[in-house]
Amino acid sequence: MTQAQATPDPAPTGDDALLESWAQSEYKYGFVTDIESESAPPGLNEDIVRFISEKKGEPDWMLQWRLKALRHWLTMTEPTWPKVDYPPINYQDIVYYSAPKQKPALGSLDEVDPKLLETYEKLGIPLEEQKMLAGVAVDAVFDSVSVATTFKETLREAGVIFCSMSEAIREHPELVRAYLGSVVPYSDNFFATLNSAVFSDGSFVYVPKGVACPMELSTYFRINAMNTGQFERTLIIADEGASVSYLEGCTAPMRDENQLHAAVVELVALDDAAIKYSTVQNWYPGDERGVGGIYNFVTKRGKAAGRRSRIAWTQVETGSAITWKYPSCVLLGDESVGEFYSVALTNRRQQADTGTKMIHIGKNTRSTIISKGISAGRGQNTYRGLVKVNKGAEHARNFTQCDSMLLGDRCGAHTFPYIEVKNRTARVEHEATTSRIGEDQLFYCNQRGLRTEDAVSMIVNGFCKEVFRELPMEFAVEAQKLLDVSLEGSVG
Amino acid sequence: MPLLEIANLHVSVEGHEILKGVDLTIDTGEVHSIMGPNGSGKSTLAQVIAGHEAYEVTEGSIRFKGRDLLGMGPDERAGEGVFLAFQYPVEIPGVSTNYFLRSAVNAVREYRGQDPLDAGSFMRLVKEKAALVDMNAKLLSRAVNEGFSGGEKKRNEIFQMAMLEPTLAVLDETDSGLDIDALRIVADGVNALRGADRAFLVITHYQRLLNYIVPDHVHVLMDGRIVRSGGKDLALELEESGYGAVEPAAAG
Repeated sequence: MTQAQATPDPAPTGDDALLESWAQSEYKYGFVTDIESESAPPGLNEDIVRFISEKKGEPDWMLQWRLKALRHWLTMTEPTWPKVDYPPINYQDIVYYSAPKQKPALGSLDEVDPKLLETYEKLGIPLEEQKMLAGVAVDAVFDSVSVATTFKETLREAGVIFCSMSEAIREHPELVRAYLGSVVPYSDNFFATLNSAVFSDGSFVYVPKGVACPMELSTYFRINAMNTGQFERTLIIADEGASVSYLEGCTAPMRDENQLHAAVVELVALDDAAIKYSTVQNWYPGDERGVGGIYNFVTKRGKAAGRRSRIAWTQVETGSAITWKYPSCVLLGDESVGEFYSVALTNRRQQADTGTKMIHIGKNTRSTIISKGISAGRGQNTYRGLVKVNKGAEHARNFTQCDSMLLGDRCGAHTFPYIEVKNRTARVEHEATTSRIGEDQLFYCNQRGLRTEDAVSMIVNGFCKEVFRELPMEFAVEAQKLLDVSLEGSVG
Repeated sequence: MPLLEIANLHVSVEGHEILKGVDLTIDTGEVHSIMGPNGSGKSTLAQVIAGHEAYEVTEGSIRFKGRDLLGMGPDERAGEGVFLAFQYPVEIPGVSTNYFLRSAVNAVREYRGQDPLDAGSFMRLVKEKAALVDMNAKLLSRAVNEGFSGGEKKRNEIFQMAMLEPTLAVLDETDSGLDIDALRIVADGVNALRGADRAFLVITHYQRLLNYIVPDHVHVLMDGRIVRSGGKDLALELEESGYGAVEPAAAG
C-alpha cells in the first residue's frame, strides 16, 4: 500500500495557487429540464417495487426476482471500507421511480417530447437519426426511463438486439432470464442488491454468433428530477465469435442535494467474443464547497465466459461527488483476456475510490490494468484493485500500472493494490508512480510560449494518453475536451 | 536602443543572494558569452531572464527592447522573443515533440499577431529546421525528451530554438555532457541562426564551445558579479590561466 498525501496548507503559493483555483470552472451540463414527470412517492418497500414492476408491465418472474432482492437488501448494511466520506443516506427519502409523463412506449422519435430532444441536443447527443453521421446508435435514459433508441432497424438487420431493458424483459424474456444476475447476482453487494430491487431501465444488447456489431453502441444517462435515484441496469451479451463496442455517457443538473446513482452493468462474452465497454462519466461533481453532486455507487462486471473471450473496460471519470466503482473481469474461459484502462480525476471536494478486479480462473488468462489518477483542488483519489489468480489458472499473467498525479497541495492520492496468487506459474507485475505536476515541466512549457493553463492541459492529457488511445476515436476527443473543460479557469 | 539591458541586478533564492549587482548590455546581432566557475550564478542569470518564479529579484532591472522584462510572465517573454535552451531539458511523457512544438509555435505566433501555421506549413518548417541541427525525424514523434540521450536533448533544444525564431537566445551550458561531434552539430545550428536581427547569450563553463561559436564579447561571472569583460581572446586567456587568475579589480 502506498499513500501520498499533501499536507494541508492554508495559503498555497505560486503555481499551486493557480492550480488550486481549478475548482472555478463551471459545470456546463447543470441545466434542469422543465418537464412533467410521473413519480413514485419517496421510500422503499414491497409496494414501491410492485409499483415499479407494474408501471413497466413486467412478467411475474421479474417481480419475484426484484422482491427477492429487496428482502435480501433489508438484511444488508452499507459498506464502510471505501476511502470516501459522506453523511448517512436515508434510503426512505429517495424517489425510486420517475419518468417523463407521456405514454411509455414510443414508436418513433417523432413521439418523443420535444423538450427532451432539446435536452439531448444541449448535451451534444446526436439523437436524431439524420444527424447520426458517425454511425453511433444511441439509447438515452432520462431519469429512469429509456427514451429513444436510434438506428434500431440497421441493427436488427445485422441481428443485433439493442433496446431498453424494459423492452428486453417484454420482448426477449428468454435471454434476460438466462443472463440477468448471472454476472452480478442479486445478492452481490449492498448497492447492486438495491439496484436489483428497484432498477428502472437501462440498455440491453445481444450480439448473435459470429456477428461483429456494425456500429458503436451508445447510451446517455441523464438524471433530471429532484431527489431521484437513478438505478439503471445494463446487460450486454456477445455470443460466440461476436464483438461489440459500447459507450456510455452521463450528466446531471446542478442541485444542492446529493443524488444517488446505483447502476449495475453485466457483460457476458462467450467463446471468442469481445466486448469493449467505455464510459465517459461527467455527473455533476458538486460545487467547490462540496455541496451537491452525484453519489456514483456502481457495480460493473464482465464475465469472459468462453475460450479466448475478451473484455475491456475503459473509463474516464471526471464527475460525481463520490465515485465507488470497480469494473471487473472474471476470466473464466481459458486464454481469456481482461483489460482495464482508467482515468479518474477528482477536483474541488470530489472523492473517488475506483479500480478493478481481475479474477483469473481459466488457464493462460491474461489481464492488463492501466490506471491514471489525477487529484486537484481538495480532491481525494484512491485506486483500489484486486488481482486474484485461482489455483487452476495455470500461467496466468497480469500487468498493472498505476500512476497518480497531484495538482496543488491540498489533494490526495492513495493506492491499495491487493494481489492474491494461488498458482505458482502465475506472473503478476505491478508498477506504481506518484508525481506532482512539475513546476519544471510548467516552466519549460511557459518558456516555449505556452500559457500555464494550456501547459497543464497538455501535461495532464499526456499523462492520460495510454487510456485515451483505448477509447473510440470520437470519444477520445470528447474525453480530452472534458479534461480541458475541467482545467478551464484553473490558472487565474 | 539595446536589445537587452540588465542593470544592477540582485537575485536571491530562498534568502540566499546569488546575483549581487549584474550589469550587462546586449545589442541585436551580437553574441555574448558568460563564463565562470560553478556556483558563480551563470544559470541563475539565465533562469531570471527567462522568468523562473523561484528566483526573486530584490534589486535592479532588466529591459528588453526598451520594455520592463521583469513584469512579464515567462510565456509573454517567449512571445517577445526570449528563448532559453535549458541545461537540463524537461521530459513531458505522453506529449509528442511534434505536438508540443506546434502548440508552442502557434502560441508564440498568436502572441506576435500572426496566423497559426496549418499542419502542412508546420511540417515544412519542421523539415527545414530539423536539417539545420541534424535532428532525427523519428525523435519528433516521440514524447518530449523522453528516452532521449543527452546529446539528443540538447539538439532538440537548438531545434526548438530554430523553430521559435527568437530575438534573444540564451544557451545555458548547452555544451555540458556533449562529445565533440555533438558539440559541433549544436554549434553549427547556432551559427546558422546567427544574424543581424538576433542576439545570443552563451553561458558556458569551458572555453571549448567558443572555438565553434565565436563570441563578440566575453564576460566573466564570479560570485554573483561580472568581474571582467573583453573580446573573444579573454576566453583563451581564461583557458590558459584559469578563473583563479582573474582579478576582481578589473571589473568595470
